[in-house]
Amino acid sequence: MTDDRDSAGETALSSEHGSYEEWLDAIANGEGYYLESPAGYGSLPPRRVCPHTGSPALTHKPLPETGTIVSVSVVHVAAPGFADDVPYATAIVDFGPVRVSGIVRGRDPEAVETGQQVQIGVETRETTDDRLVVFRPVEDS
Amino acid sequence: MEPVRVAGVGLTHFGRTPTRTGRELFAEAADRAFADANVDRSAVEELAVGNFMGVDAERQGHQGPILADAAGVQCPATRYESACASAGVAVRQAVRAIRAGEADVVLAGGTERMTNLDTPAVTDALAIAADELFEVRAGVTFPGAYALMAQTYFDAFGGDRTDLAHIASKNHENALVNEYAQYQREISVEEVLDAPMVASPLGLFDACPITDGASALVLVSESYAEEHDLNAPVTITGSGQGGDRAALAERIHIAQTPAATRAATAAYDDAGVGPEDVDVAEVHDCFTIAEVLAIESLGFYEPGDGIGAARRGETTADGQRPINLSGGLKAKGHPVGATGGSQIAEMTRLLRGDHPNSDHVPDATVGVTHNAGGTVASAVVHVLEVDR
Repeated sequence: MTDDRDSAGETALSSEHGSYEEWLDAIANGEGYYLESPAGYGSLPPRRVCPHTGSPALTHKPLPETGTIVSVSVVHVAAPGFADDVPYATAIVDFGPVRVSGIVRGRDPEAVETGQQVQIGVETRETTDDRLVVFRPVEDS
Repeated sequence: MEPVRVAGVGLTHFGRTPTRTGRELFAEAADRAFADANVDRSAVEELAVGNFMGVDAERQGHQGPILADAAGVQCPATRYESACASAGVAVRQAVRAIRAGEADVVLAGGTERMTNLDTPAVTDALAIAADELFEVRAGVTFPGAYALMAQTYFDAFGGDRTDLAHIASKNHENALVNEYAQYQREISVEEVLDAPMVASPLGLFDACPITDGASALVLVSESYAEEHDLNAPVTITGSGQGGDRAALAERIHIAQTPAATRAATAAYDDAGVGPEDVDVAEVHDCFTIAEVLAIESLGFYEPGDGIGAARRGETTADGQRPINLSGGLKAKGHPVGATGGSQIAEMTRLLRGDHPNSDHVPDATVGVTHNAGGTVASAVVHVLEVDR
C-alpha cells in the first residue's frame, strides 16, 4: 500500500513510470517529469495507463521549469497535519500538459495571485517532516 | 421497466447529537419512513444505505448489516460510499433494483455521525474524499478546493463574495420553518461577509455545518403500490450519475462540474423532461459556490450566469425556480452520507404538499435533486414527479 522509499534509488524507478515519492525525488533533483500518452495527454505518476485514453504507451517528458498560477486561495483553517502552516496559499499551477496542486512560499500569501509565474520544488511542512510540493515565485513575475 | 414510487420518507432532526450512534439515527429515520409509507418492514427485500466516515468516526465498517438490524429488516444490505454523494448513489441503486424487477420494496437512505469527533478530526476525515497523493499531501483542504473553484469562477465569469452571501442568506431563510433543520435562524448578507475567512474567498458562513443525521426512504414498485393501495403520489422518473477525475487540478475547467452535467443529462433523458420543465430543486450546497455550479450543471443557467441568481431573487422561495427550500446543506445541515437521501425526502414532501415550504410551490410537478461527492468527482441527479 505504501511506497518503500529506502528501496528507491536515485535513478532507478520502482516501476516503469515511478511512484509518487520517486516523482517528488525527481522534482527535488531538478528532474521533474510528467507522462505523455500518444494522444498528447499529460498525467502524473504513479500511472500504468493514460487516464484519458487507457494507452499504456506513456513516455517521460521533462516538466517545464516554470508554470502559471491558475487559481489560489489563502487557507486559514487547515487539517491537523498542516496546523502550523496556516495561513498558506494553496494553488493550482498550470505547466501546460499537466496542472499540479501545492503551496506557494516566498511571498506573502495574500500577495499571491492568479497569473504569476512559479517554479516547482519539494520542501517539508511546518507542522511535520512530510514532504510536499512547493511553488516559489519566479523573480520579477 | 417498473416505475419507482416513493412510498414513505423519514428523517431525523439534523444537528448535534454526538452521543447517538449512526445506527440509532438510521433506526429513527427508518421508523418514520415506514410509518409514512404504511408499509410493513417485513416487506423490505433490500437495504441500500449511504455512509461516508463511519470507519473513522465510529470504528464501524460493514454498516449494511448493522443498519439492517437497526431498522428491523432482514435482507441483503449494502453500504455505499461515494463521499458526500453516498446516499444519492445508494438511492440510485435502489431505483435500479426495483426497475430491473429484482425487488418490489427497498429501504434506502443514509446515516452519518460526525460531531463525536472534534472539528480538526472531522476535517481530517472529510479530507480523504480528495486525492490523497496530489491534494491532501499538497495541503489542499476541502474548503480550500471549493475556494479554488470559487476563485476560478470569479476570474473566468465575474461575481463576488456578496453574490455568494445571498445564497447563504436565502438558504437560512428557507430553513426557518423546517423542523428538521440544524439552523432555523436567519443570517444576513452582512453577517456572511463579516464571518472569519476559512479559505479565501470563502468564509465560515459560506460553508455548511458539521452535522449528525439520517435519512430513510421506502421505495416501491408501482405495481406493489397499486396492489397494496398505497398513497404514493411521487415517482422517481429519472436517475443519472456522472463521474470525473478525483483531483480538481486535473479537471478540464476548475469552475465547472461536468460530472453533474452528465448526471443531469442522463436523469432528464431518463425522465423525458428538460431543465425548463423543472419547478423546484434541492442541490448540493456544501459551500455557497457549489450551489452556483449545481444550478449551471442542471441546465437552469449557462456557465457564468448562475452566480447572481439568488441575489436577483430568481432562486429564492418566491422566485421563478426555488432552490433548496429545505435550507440546503448550508442551513439544514450535511450529515455527509445521509444527505442524498434527505434531499429526496425533502423533495417528496415539497411535491406532496406536506412540507412547511410547499406553499411556495403549490403547482410544482417536477422536482430535481443534485447530490455531489468530493469536488464533484461523483454526482447523482434524480427527477421526481408528482401525480396532480
